[in-house]
Amino acid sequence: MIRVALPAHLRTLAQVDGEVQLSVVGDVTVGSVLDALESRYPMLCGTIRDRNTHQRRAFVRFFACEEDLSHDEPSNSLPDAVTSGAEPFLIVGAMAGG
Amino acid sequence: MSGVRVLVGTRKGAFVLTADGRRDRWDVSGPHFAGWEVYHVAGSPADPTRIFASQSTGWFGQLIQRSDDGGETWNQVDNHFEYDGVPGTHQWYDGTPHPWEFARVWHLEPSLTDPDLVYAGVEDAALFRSTDGGQQWQELAGLRNHDTGHAWQPGAGGMCLHTILQHPDDPGRMFVAISAAGAFRTDDAGETWRPINRGLQSEGIPDPDAEVGHCVHRLAMHPSRPDVLFMQKHWDVMRSDNAGESWSEVSGDLPTDFGFAIDVHAHEPDTVYVVPIKSDSEHFPPEGRLRVYRSRAGGHEWEPLTNGLPQKDCYVNVLRDAMAVDSLDSCGIYFGTTGGQVYASADAGDSWAPIVRDLPAVLSVEVQTRT
Repeated sequence: MIRVALPAHLRTLAQVDGEVQLSVVGDVTVGSVLDALESRYPMLCGTIRDRNTHQRRAFVRFFACEEDLSHDEPSNSLPDAVTSGAEPFLIVGAMAGG
Repeated sequence: MSGVRVLVGTRKGAFVLTADGRRDRWDVSGPHFAGWEVYHVAGSPADPTRIFASQSTGWFGQLIQRSDDGGETWNQVDNHFEYDGVPGTHQWYDGTPHPWEFARVWHLEPSLTDPDLVYAGVEDAALFRSTDGGQQWQELAGLRNHDTGHAWQPGAGGMCLHTILQHPDDPGRMFVAISAAGAFRTDDAGETWRPINRGLQSEGIPDPDAEVGHCVHRLAMHPSRPDVLFMQKHWDVMRSDNAGESWSEVSGDLPTDFGFAIDVHAHEPDTVYVVPIKSDSEHFPPEGRLRVYRSRAGGHEWEPLTNGLPQKDCYVNVLRDAMAVDSLDSCGIYFGTTGGQVYASADAGDSWAPIVRDLPAVLSVEVQTRT
């Protein structure tokens, strides 16, 4: 299972308290994790990436294993530690504004 | 028992303020959607328990919420606002072509008769419609595809469609306003549109009386006289007596004719309210005195309304969607400020009192009346 940590506002929308756990079919990539996340929590569609283009929203960041994966291609595989569930995939609201 | 429900959108959530018909004791609920910008909250005239809210942030984009129990509970509906076809470009601030990009919903306008029909005015300027209570949205692309669309430019706040007025008797006729393109009218339920800006003069554009390019801040109409429109433009308060075919200035003796909000008394179609703001760069009341101005003559002659409003050291703004009226026998007037106050007058503006003083900056105020 893939562990995904959401920022507080998105936890509220999804009505979850802590991390969410997702089953991802095939390659574990940013794109496939977001597909699985939006499939299970459709209320998050459009909040992390554009609904039409799937482009990451400008003030959302993707971290894992102390690395910033925000600018990686969505089709790139995530680190093994994320795939194995040892580390979470972090979706973060960027520090910007007030 | 009569009463009112005031729907307030703020920079950090929505609030619902309720009172009985005396309007002197208020219950405050909220923040709903805490931490999110709520540009607008609007109730359905056809089913007052149905309320729509536009919820957004720069981080997580746009959501639409719907309540079917008068704002007690909310459910997310569709947030997929996709421009019809290939969106093309409009002009950017520097005059270069800029792709049409959805940013947020500024204004929601539920149908006068059908609780499932609701319109959404968005940035970049376009009009969307849902016929199923917000479960799906479709663009009425005839507006954005108007011959002049490629030449529209944003105002300082973005290129937003912020005003939607429905004709009370003719479902084919609607008016919208866009900053900074101007006012537009449809007579075929949104299929085709034409600019209705004749008579507007805007010194900030190369051709002051151009067909489009005017920074219209707000339109208002009384339902008993839908051919008479009032407009708060960037500068100038304007009036049309022919459904927008032509406009004339009615700023008269206002201390400044810059402003954002404008509204009409519920029972007196020639009684109009504005909140003059000092200038386009000083968005606060002249002399630090918060004054609503009322004209009982449909413009030209205005009286300041100050009883209960701060008359010194007040430097708040009142935004375009932040004034509304109720329809009780003694018409109530409401407005919210960027300082977080919501003021109410239960006597058509003669006296005012704050309902709340310390909300986040108020973006919008709407009122539902229970008679």
